[in-house]
Amino acid sequence: MSANPAGARPARNKIQTSGGDKLAQFLIYFFVVLFALLCLVPFLLVIIVSFTEEKSITINGYSFLPAEWSISAYKMLFSSKSSVPKAYQVTTIATVVGTLAATLISFGAGYTLANKQCRYRNGLSLYFYITMVFSAGLVPWYMISKMIGCFDNIWALIVPSLMFSPFNMFLVRNFVREIPDALNESARIDGAGEVRIAFTIYLPLCTPVLATIALFYAIGYWNNYFNSVMLINDQNYYSLQMLLFKIQSEITALSKVSTGAQVTSAPPKESFKMATSVVTMGPIILLYPFLQKYFIKGMVIGAVKG
Amino acid sequence: MRGSMRKPTAAAPRKHVNPFKELWRNKFLYILVLPAMIYTFVFSYMSLPYMAIAFEKFNYKTGIFSPFVGLKNFEYFFKSSWAWTITRNTLVINVLFLAVGTVCAVALAIVLNEVHAKRLLKTSQSFMLFPYFISWVIVSYMLQGILGTDNGLINNIITGMGGEKINFYADPNYWYPILLILNIWKTTGYNAIVYLAAITGIDEGLYEAAYIDGATRWKRIRYITLPLLMPTICILTLMSVGRIFYGDFGMMYAIIRDNSSLMPIAEVIDTYVYRTFKNTGDPSLSMAVGLYQSVVGFILVFTSNWIVRRHFPDGALF
Repeated sequence: MSANPAGARPARNKIQTSGGDKLAQFLIYFFVVLFALLCLVPFLLVIIVSFTEEKSITINGYSFLPAEWSISAYKMLFSSKSSVPKAYQVTTIATVVGTLAATLISFGAGYTLANKQCRYRNGLSLYFYITMVFSAGLVPWYMISKMIGCFDNIWALIVPSLMFSPFNMFLVRNFVREIPDALNESARIDGAGEVRIAFTIYLPLCTPVLATIALFYAIGYWNNYFNSVMLINDQNYYSLQMLLFKIQSEITALSKVSTGAQVTSAPPKESFKMATSVVTMGPIILLYPFLQKYFIKGMVIGAVKG
Repeated sequence: MRGSMRKPTAAAPRKHVNPFKELWRNKFLYILVLPAMIYTFVFSYMSLPYMAIAFEKFNYKTGIFSPFVGLKNFEYFFKSSWAWTITRNTLVINVLFLAVGTVCAVALAIVLNEVHAKRLLKTSQSFMLFPYFISWVIVSYMLQGILGTDNGLINNIITGMGGEKINFYADPNYWYPILLILNIWKTTGYNAIVYLAAITGIDEGLYEAAYIDGATRWKRIRYITLPLLMPTICILTLMSVGRIFYGDFGMMYAIIRDNSSLMPIAEVIDTYVYRTFKNTGDPSLSMAVGLYQSVVGFILVFTSNWIVRRHFPDGALF
């Protein structure tokens, strides 16, 4: 974008303040704030309901101003019989291991495809591109996953579907292409080996794009329940999302356990659902500022350069 | 960006090379690309032979080499009422999402571009982007909290005013709008980013010249922003048109689940394939439906990519 001439700014400011345009400006601000709030309010509801006493939910329904507050849902969530901590552990392992592997695989492939020394790079691009336009669907995917041993174990949550996306690889390739070749040549002349050029020169330079694709992958892993639905029967390997998806059975199991101790109060069914949702969103909320920064950056990198 | 795929670049004139020499000389590069190649081979290329199942009566002992039955599975599917239902649902839902979604995203980007208070812009954008990162499972519980029959927010308000409860989860008529609103809510903030980036790239000088010539805010949007945004809109829309035959399993299955009263409206090809596979345990029928989706989907994706390449050379990823 060209630099603004010094006199331009006041002119634009004048546009905003002139007469009838004030109303338009007000409407624009009003609309933006309204939409932003609409995006936020459902999350507030979830958080508030998770702290609501079950009795007030049964009597008054979901409400932003509950009659009675309670943390019993969270107590139940972290009780020794709860499967939430276990699912948390499983999901964290899958996300961390998967994201690291996926990012490295994409970097390796993208780096090679961008490298002019590699004569088959165009053929290879085509090899990956074809898989983006044609996929055979669910049944082969299921059978192959099972055949290679990704069934009822942690690998089922890491490997199938999630560990490589050609789209992310092409993002890396396009990013590496923008780096001048002179860098590669001068490193070579200085005596750097292939390994060193790739991992100590190019890898650090690729941090912005790698952070972006790592986030794509991490969100994909964290929010995935499809792999669990398809490939997991053993409850010990339920991911967090899957547990949440099947929460009804978890609530039944937990309330059976606790009925002996506290017969008087009903199990916190609705609030338990919402409390589990809150802890599931937890890491995303915590990492959000970081996430947002790289997502916007990455969207602009990957965006059509029209 | 993609020119090199067609014609050899000046740096590497295409003459015949000994493949073994090439592999040996750049062995490190090929080792780097190998994991991705193996992964793609296993999950994509190896799945091709499995498509034969669609033409067989599948038996777990014989696998891909089960007895051949010709087009029987396809016949069964296309004669059932589901063929039309799931095709229509997938297309209607995707077209709704795409048309309304694009209009909303472009409108939001234009509106955001008019916001000059930096803090407000940043904060509101973070809120708008947030739903994008949340899983559909959580969204489905929020929705239950809002629409639920027994204690949902809307029904609370209705009964509070003395009205009669609406059983949303039993009446399919509400669900195209509900699904559309959910999709808009979840993706607009995200989709607007690309458009906003494109708008920011427009030369400021154009707006100044227009202002000096007396163009109002609306005219500046209508005659500068929108026309210059058109290529981006076209490219992104075409790319999505290619995906129009694929339903969003993650969304539909989390929200509709096994609720059979909503299926006439909300069952899409992807969920149907999954359900036939899980419920009947017969992969043949499921594979036949999957193949139908793959072939039509391929034609659509390929054509839309081809159009993008032809008309917007800079827009295609390849």
